Amino acid sequence: MSTEENARPDLQSDQTEPDQTPSDQTHQSDLLEAVPPAEEAAKVAIAADRLSLNYAGRPALDAVTLSIRHGLVTAFIGPSGCGKSSLLRCFNRLNDLNDECELSGTVTINGEDIYRPDVDVIDLRRRVGMVFQRPNPFPKSIFENVAFGPRLQGVKSMAALEDTVEWSLRGAALWDEVKGRLDRSALELSSGQQQRLVIARAIAVKPEILLLDEPCSSLDPISTLKVEELIHDLKSRYTIVIVTHNMQQAARVSDYTAFMNQGRLVEYDSTDVIFTNPKDKQTEDYITGRYG
Amino acid sequence: MADLNLDQHISQQFNDELEEVRSKVLRMGGIVESQLSDAVRAMIQGDQNLAREVADRDIEVNALEVDIDDECVRILARRQPAASDLRLVMAVIKTITDLERIGDEAKRVGRMVETELSGMLAEDIRSEIGYMGELVQQMLTRVLNAFARIDVDMAVDVIKSDNNVDVKYVSITRQLITHMAEDPRSIPTVLKVQWAARSMERIGDRCQNIAEYIIYLVKGQDIRHTEFADLID
Repeated sequence: MSTEENARPDLQSDQTEPDQTPSDQTHQSDLLEAVPPAEEAAKVAIAADRLSLNYAGRPALDAVTLSIRHGLVTAFIGPSGCGKSSLLRCFNRLNDLNDECELSGTVTINGEDIYRPDVDVIDLRRRVGMVFQRPNPFPKSIFENVAFGPRLQGVKSMAALEDTVEWSLRGAALWDEVKGRLDRSALELSSGQQQRLVIARAIAVKPEILLLDEPCSSLDPISTLKVEELIHDLKSRYTIVIVTHNMQQAARVSDYTAFMNQGRLVEYDSTDVIFTNPKDKQTEDYITGRYG
Repeated sequence: MADLNLDQHISQQFNDELEEVRSKVLRMGGIVESQLSDAVRAMIQGDQNLAREVADRDIEVNALEVDIDDECVRILARRQPAASDLRLVMAVIKTITDLERIGDEAKRVGRMVETELSGMLAEDIRSEIGYMGELVQQMLTRVLNAFARIDVDMAVDVIKSDNNVDVKYVSITRQLITHMAEDPRSIPTVLKVQWAARSMERIGDRCQNIAEYIIYLVKGQDIRHTEFADLID
């Protein structure tokens, strides 16, 4: 295991329960000391600090503080409504589209505060791509779906576009299946192929981070395995954050796992630890299917 | 005693499956416990019939080992357990291997009685080996209790007590060497006694292994191949 994999993620105590036991506090301070600050800062892709979010006055996130490491897959698990998708949407300011949304705290991507007023949100969303639960290809050809982003960025050369489309489709493990029918409608593809097409569309604009919000929830097991394999291949080039209801999927694909409950970050550690020896009883109860 | 809440799953069926596995391990432990106690008694008393019974019960132990293994594979495949549930299944798979081997060692002790002329066993050796037998029987009983109650403190005590067995084994070996030096005609008999002592020493080691699995189950910490001083820390 590499040094990077050994290092534990940053987890601060903002989510500390009032009745937290001393042993819980010790565990968290251990985590803080596990990685020297300078080394940690160099490897952090996304950092949230005391991030709270309300939808029309209803709290969705409660003082979440965590660091997501560069070049790894981080999974968020937790019951419905725990805030994991809301958190994901904070990472590319998708919540800005909701007028009733109030946010406090900070989010930095590669050290830059993305909620500063002068941040170009369009460019931010290019750098932080997102794939949703249901495949959402545009009603255009396969080629045009992937070329859409680069065209918006001003790429006009057909040769350059063709190169980008092939590179992206290969990256999304879809090229061999569609190379002979790039002009056909994307809507003719199967769900699994459509989801990989959407991932190809996301990587065509060369993002730094990919956010995947339950990317396999509408896919059959074989398509799911293909997307999971794709996630594994992509992590050498991108930082990947995945929200999933499927705990086995989190266990299979991620390097780190965060468990959220009621808007709070309950536990965040290496996936091996979370699935074999979680420290928090809430995490244990959730992943083992016990009454919480 | 640790509370792993093994009966708190939302799936009652899963609760039942884990409970079934646990109770089968304890049943298997009970048979092995009786095998060991009969083997030691047979050796002390030179009771060959009792020794043969020890060997006969091995079939039941082997069948239970296969059955529990199957059950664990089914749970892994169908339930994909995590955290303490996963550690329980892993601890069970390892524990039953050691229990089965303890049964085999007890059988070896019994086989020694079948061939050994008990009259040739000197009184001092008989007493020493009887005491060693008591020590390992206590270890086995305590480690099975620790498993039943999921009791880490008791498991740690079992690990500590293995040292007494090791010391006794060295002492018996020394005595046996003296016997062989004094009376070379006793060498064949003494060697068999030595093998029996060796089997009991191995039983102590296997009880220690099971105690380590219990600590892994509760703490999630693999303490195998670590120094005992580290364990105390």
